[in-house]
Amino acid sequence: MLKKKNITIAVTALNAIDSPGPGIAVIRGLRESEFYNVKIIGLAYEILEPGIYMDDMVDKVYQIPFPSSGFDAMLERFRYIQEKENIDVVIPNFDAELMTFIKLKPYFNKMGIQLLIPTKEQFEERLKGSLNEFGEKHGIKVPKSETIYQIDELEEVLKEFEYPVVIKGKFYDAYIATSFEQAREFYFKVSAKWGTPIIIQEFINGNEFNVTALGDGKGTMMGAVPMRKTFLTDKGKAWAGISIDDPKLIEMANTIITKTNWGGGLELELMKEDKTGDLYLLEINPRFPAWIYLANGCGQNHPEMLVKLAMNEKVKPLIKYDIGKMFIRYSYDMVCDLDKYEKISIHGEV
Amino acid sequence: MLMKLKKNIAISESGFVFNPEIGTSFTTNSLGVAILKQLKSKTSSEEIIESIIKNYEIDATTCEKDLGDFLRILDQFNLIDS
Repeated sequence: MLKKKNITIAVTALNAIDSPGPGIAVIRGLRESEFYNVKIIGLAYEILEPGIYMDDMVDKVYQIPFPSSGFDAMLERFRYIQEKENIDVVIPNFDAELMTFIKLKPYFNKMGIQLLIPTKEQFEERLKGSLNEFGEKHGIKVPKSETIYQIDELEEVLKEFEYPVVIKGKFYDAYIATSFEQAREFYFKVSAKWGTPIIIQEFINGNEFNVTALGDGKGTMMGAVPMRKTFLTDKGKAWAGISIDDPKLIEMANTIITKTNWGGGLELELMKEDKTGDLYLLEINPRFPAWIYLANGCGQNHPEMLVKLAMNEKVKPLIKYDIGKMFIRYSYDMVCDLDKYEKISIHGEV
Repeated sequence: MLMKLKKNIAISESGFVFNPEIGTSFTTNSLGVAILKQLKSKTSSEEIIESIIKNYEIDATTCEKDLGDFLRILDQFNLIDS
């Protein structure tokens, strides 16, 4: 039997809440690796992220500063953590932290930490506000969209659209507005939470599909699994979904990864228009989705593959996956002793 | 008239129908399963009606109308090859 290699992997996004971060799903994949024996270092921003308290998922947890604290604060924290843990690979799983990790990558590499993440250019090219240009450049259909920074611009921009329109935040949140009044309300709602710019997007009438995929950073798609959400929370997040068989979705993921030389995990949000059957790209999320464990259940362990790629191991691209596999989330109350909460609160590590 | 069921539609004996292309699922009764299986093997509507009349107490006119309704539902649910 193959002896598993010991490896230490740090993972962010331990917020396994109703709108979950992908961290715990990524860790589940890593824990099921047939190649690695993993030690997991959880990286948490907030002291009540549930993953901190999940002993079967994380071996040690460190609190890290929010990306808004700046590059130096994050670098200093990682120097401290690295001295203690000797991390081999870091997997960042939040959109909002990714730019900081992109900047930190050369420093991490010097410390002996590997990452497989998109480059600054790749990250910026797929920003929601740049999607029109992205579509034109790569020959991909995208809904018409405009980016605005001030409420004064809204009325003028809306003249170019027909209702309903979609009002989106730069990182998260999207609302469908059927009137100017609603659009205005959603502008304030989203900008209060995520700041500006706000993206005004054409509404495509059809079915939404998602694809999780992995790129090696050299133009090869290492794996992809498409999914349709079958149950949504009131926040519009997937609470259940099913893997599906649509080669067009895989082809779209392959086009994006090969044309951009994408490195790392990504999630595509796509809309298939009812009228035409055409596929529109709504968003590229630059990291694994929270439902990434479905890919593992379908026979493609993307987190393990990402680690292998980051560690320069040989990895064969995977094409096959199980169709008709479902995921269903559930809520679960953990009962924890106060000492963990105390340790993470006082010492920033546990 | 020949209507074709989409090629990868999965039909179980229990009446569970799954469209793997878009992930939708439906339930039907034993007659529905029988019709779907015939549609899968590219049987014509006329042949399906004939087989139903043979096995059930129904006249040709009612059977034709009911089958038409059923086929329209299948089409609405995206199960028929256009």
